Amino acid sequence: MRFMMIVKGTTDSEAGVKPSQELLDAMLRYNEELAKAGVLLAADGLQPSSSGIRISYPEPGGKPKVVDGPFTEAKEIIAGFTLIEVKSREEAIEWALRMPDPHGGGQGEIELRQIFDPEELSSDENTQEKIKGQFRL
Amino acid sequence: MSFSDAGRTIDAIWRIESPKLIAGLTRMVRDVGLAEDLAQDALVIALERWPETGIPDNPGAWLMTTAKRRAIDLLRRNKLRDQKYEELTRSAEWYTEEDMDRQLDGEIGDDLLRLIFMTCHPVLSQDARVALTLRLLCGLTTDEIARAFLAAEATIAQRIVRAKRTLSAKKVPFEVPVGAELKERLGTVLEVMYLMFNEGYSATAGEHWVRPLLCQEALRLGRVLAEIAPDEPEVHGLAALMEIQASRLKTRVGADGEPILLMDQNRAQWDRLLIRRGLAALNRCRQLGKPLGPYALQAAIAACHAQAVTPADTDWVRISALYEALSRVLPSPIVELNRAVAVAMAFGPLYGLQIVDAITEEGALSEYHLLPSVRGDLLFKLDRFEEARLEFERAAALAKNSRERDLLLARASECIH
Repeated sequence: MRFMMIVKGTTDSEAGVKPSQELLDAMLRYNEELAKAGVLLAADGLQPSSSGIRISYPEPGGKPKVVDGPFTEAKEIIAGFTLIEVKSREEAIEWALRMPDPHGGGQGEIELRQIFDPEELSSDENTQEKIKGQFRL
Repeated sequence: MSFSDAGRTIDAIWRIESPKLIAGLTRMVRDVGLAEDLAQDALVIALERWPETGIPDNPGAWLMTTAKRRAIDLLRRNKLRDQKYEELTRSAEWYTEEDMDRQLDGEIGDDLLRLIFMTCHPVLSQDARVALTLRLLCGLTTDEIARAFLAAEATIAQRIVRAKRTLSAKKVPFEVPVGAELKERLGTVLEVMYLMFNEGYSATAGEHWVRPLLCQEALRLGRVLAEIAPDEPEVHGLAALMEIQASRLKTRVGADGEPILLMDQNRAQWDRLLIRRGLAALNRCRQLGKPLGPYALQAAIAACHAQAVTPADTDWVRISALYEALSRVLPSPIVELNRAVAVAMAFGPLYGLQIVDAITEEGALSEYHLLPSVRGDLLFKLDRFEEARLEFERAAALAKNSRERDLLLARASECIH
């Protein structure tokens, strides 16, 4: 099963303040550990939301509304993500706990979310088929 | 193992830590069976203590220290060789957090590599290599391995016990082979992984078409190996091959469990992330600047398919050339059969049929259902339906997988006009 470890934005990441060398080294070492355990699928950092774009649909059936960043509420903003493939939810939690504090100044937050996998959604075969059907083009 | 939260967490920690733990302990006690016992002992102690004390900050180091203390107790009691005892006492305290960090780059990876070479050692039977590798390097339980192979737990347990005894009796060293031996032994290691992958990818018997656990474990080990043995092109070749093949796992089976062939699969459902990883691995392999080996060539072929947006976009000429290169480094009737298919697609069914007939004349693959299956397909394309029907029926009679048999019988009935 796959999980996404989402590193939340902080005032620093939003202000474009680069992480300290120490934190960069720790993250590098952590990613290396993930890779050596064969669980790392992908990892990337995102630019601050000031260069981001938000597309919303405030009117049902209406036209999309396009808003340029930056966006408020740093905690709702994603600063980076790491995708891992593990055998259990507990293993994902254990790996997430080993990630270095992504901020160090009290704002660090990592959110762990399981990736949608049609086979795992339901044990009921009919539901599974419907879900699989939705994924087909 | 209890079903409590602590139990499941400890399970997860075991999965992460046990290969490193067993590898490190094997280096000290030079006996993989004893190393595993010591690691298991440490796990039992953790299961007793952690639910009360909480999980330590560095569970891996805790387990290692505990296992080492057990080792020293054991050696004291048994009065084993003094030298081994001394070595252990000296190293008993080094496994601290700082050591862990320092070791991450080098020694732990080296120990894991030595352990892989040990569990895949040629003194063991192929089955024993696979079972022992799954057990020691993937941290799977005997029960999980048994279920993956649709075998009885007792059978697998015995296989593992015997394998460990054999390694001990034959005094198989805990080391990475060097020089000419390295290439040969690495071949055995890669073979074990690919066998594991294929066992999961396509069950050779029974109703189960795909057994994902084995695929995932093989893929994970392939990724581990690519990190700890990065200078070996075939390591990346195998990783690339497994990544790309795994990208199609979910599209190989239809709603009723019937197999879906490559050309009929829904490409929109192929896993782009795994394809990207596969292409990156193939690139790492090419960057080493050495001639492509059998795994890398197979990966390059798989990459051709992965990069074709629709079946019609497939670069069959390139695939034919890659199969030709493959048949040079790995001459085999199976490769020839695949080349026949590619050549037929690139240059027409008649050219493919010539290659198939050459295989038949040599008397190779006479029990292999895909030979008449491919021949039937080529004859069908040449409108020689009656001959095609006979071939499909022959193929169905040889097929061991019931799903595959159904598919072939369906093709046979399509030939009746």
